[in-house]
Amino acid sequence: MKRFLASRELLLLIAIGLLLGVISSRFPAFIAPSNLVAVFNDTSPLILLAIGQMIVILTKCIDLSVAANLALTGMVVSLINIAVPGLPIVVMLFIAVAFGAVLGMFNGLLVWKLAIPPIVVTLGTMTIFRGTIFLLTEGKWVNSHEMSDTFKAFPRTEILGLPVLSWIAIAVVILFTIVMTRTTLGRAFYAAGGNPHAATYAGINVGRTQFWAFTISGALAGLTGYLWVSRFAVAYVDVAGGFELTVVAACVIGGVSIMGGIGSVPGALLGALFLGIIANALPVVNISPFWQMAISGGAIIIAVVLNAQANRTPGRIILKRAEHAT
Amino acid sequence: MKRRTFTSLVAGLGLAASMLSTTAVAQDNMRIALVVKALGIGFFEAAAEGANEAAGELGNVEIIYTGPTDTTAEGQIEVINSLIAQGVDAIAISANDPDALVPALKRAMDRGITVISWDSGVAEGGRQMHLNPSSTPLIGNTIIKLAADHMPDGGDVAILSATATATNQNAWIEAAKEVLPNYEGVNLVATVYGDDLSDKSYREAQGLMASYPNLKAIIAPTTVGILASCQAVTDAGKIGEINVTGLGLPSEMAGCVDSGATKSFAIWNPIDLGYSATMLAHALAKGAEAGPGAEIPMGRMGSVKLDDTNAAAMADPFTYDSSNIDQFKSIF
Repeated sequence: MKRFLASRELLLLIAIGLLLGVISSRFPAFIAPSNLVAVFNDTSPLILLAIGQMIVILTKCIDLSVAANLALTGMVVSLINIAVPGLPIVVMLFIAVAFGAVLGMFNGLLVWKLAIPPIVVTLGTMTIFRGTIFLLTEGKWVNSHEMSDTFKAFPRTEILGLPVLSWIAIAVVILFTIVMTRTTLGRAFYAAGGNPHAATYAGINVGRTQFWAFTISGALAGLTGYLWVSRFAVAYVDVAGGFELTVVAACVIGGVSIMGGIGSVPGALLGALFLGIIANALPVVNISPFWQMAISGGAIIIAVVLNAQANRTPGRIILKRAEHAT
Repeated sequence: MKRRTFTSLVAGLGLAASMLSTTAVAQDNMRIALVVKALGIGFFEAAAEGANEAAGELGNVEIIYTGPTDTTAEGQIEVINSLIAQGVDAIAISANDPDALVPALKRAMDRGITVISWDSGVAEGGRQMHLNPSSTPLIGNTIIKLAADHMPDGGDVAILSATATATNQNAWIEAAKEVLPNYEGVNLVATVYGDDLSDKSYREAQGLMASYPNLKAIIAPTTVGILASCQAVTDAGKIGEINVTGLGLPSEMAGCVDSGATKSFAIWNPIDLGYSATMLAHALAKGAEAGPGAEIPMGRMGSVKLDDTNAAAMADPFTYDSSNIDQFKSIF
């Protein structure tokens, strides 16, 4: 309990509460339950990607190709939808997750087998993925009237008052909370990033762990790819352009250490919600677009400063006696 | 390299084919070449359709519709060279590069060929005149008119633009604000920016609907913005209450028009553009002078007046609605 009180998650919860308070003072309708549901739904893609990114960052890597993976998978499923309009949604979901996972594996293999720095690998694949969309379509868009109705309806279908998109985010949060805290693989992610040498001695293959981290991130990006294009009912080369940075920002705000080894699923969830609330509030509180960017940027800087403060390990005093000797 | 050979082969075949055809027709025919950015693009195929329509009206005019197989300046230079060799009377070009084509087009003008650019312009030295599809004041007026047309009693409208620094959009919005007093009852309540990202534009549209309950129309002079607004209005169940309008492409907007979220929108009409370019090229080749202030007729599209740079704007953007969307959605 004491640990929770001092934890990053509680700090974030308080910050989110304050944020909602400030917003509601300017625009009371923002905290109406129906609007909060809409905000959560709008933030769901960010939550999905942030969880994948968190796992990758835990292993001392970074995945800059998530948004490009999302766009490519989104385009591929859209093209499949045009070719085979009657394909059941379950099959479509499977294709999206599998295709995204394969793209993630490609990142993972390069990092694992060729030992190329992850930032370079994913910077490269980011461009490759976007380029592939252009090759597939020659820059043409897939538009809402070309997509089948079931394809578009899935993420908006409401179950118990919540759209399917939100339910998927909730399911993934629960699934990965269990994976990260209760399974060998989950603990291996922490070990591989926290102390790679110790992890190796403990029998963990660090490279392979990183490979799986990239695969999971890719699979989640693929899943989000389908949800994204069906929600906005359009697929084109620049879908979610620059979104990878928002995803990394959500992780950083959520207390995930860029140095690896520190972070949690609830942290990533709250970090994503924090950014999602800001993104949804700024349009209604009537702030100049130039200030919007400055506010989002300011929130990130504050979070990084807090991170640096919280994660600074106090230096160990090796010779206690020597210290008192003088 | 292989591709280059293929392009020149195509150009060569085209040359041979047109030589054959010229021997077949009477010599007093005027031959106007419509050179496009690349073959196989719906927008330009439609422009060629307009050019042929103009040729039919003029009589004794033969249109040579040509262009490279990919959108490169080098490809267009090869095409221009082959057209010079054929001795066409006029070239009307939509350029892949404003400067790279100038030497080749100058050579054409030295040989007495009339050269104009349309759609995408050539630098001043490389053409006699340039035809813009529209102009900033015309676009600004059109986007307000589109909203006003469907609000007989007036009401609140909002603009959802691309980025706050987008030059084109800002100029159009400024022009729109200037003509606003001409539309009584139309009240512009906000201008927001979706950064040409679907998720941000969608959120901004949602924000507009939440902040302004009496909103009657969202005007988005950008393709990403208009689609995202249309989706946001659809998802909010406000089709019929809020009309999404602005600038978009028929192929992308067909769904929005079908659902009723968009009653009408605008963009240049490629058929009119090809028609006007042909009419202008014909007039200049017949001896009309292209100079600042000159007024040149272009058939059913009226006439254009050249500005200081010998450029002119064709017309208001063309309005698309449920009556013509099916015809155009397969074109571009």
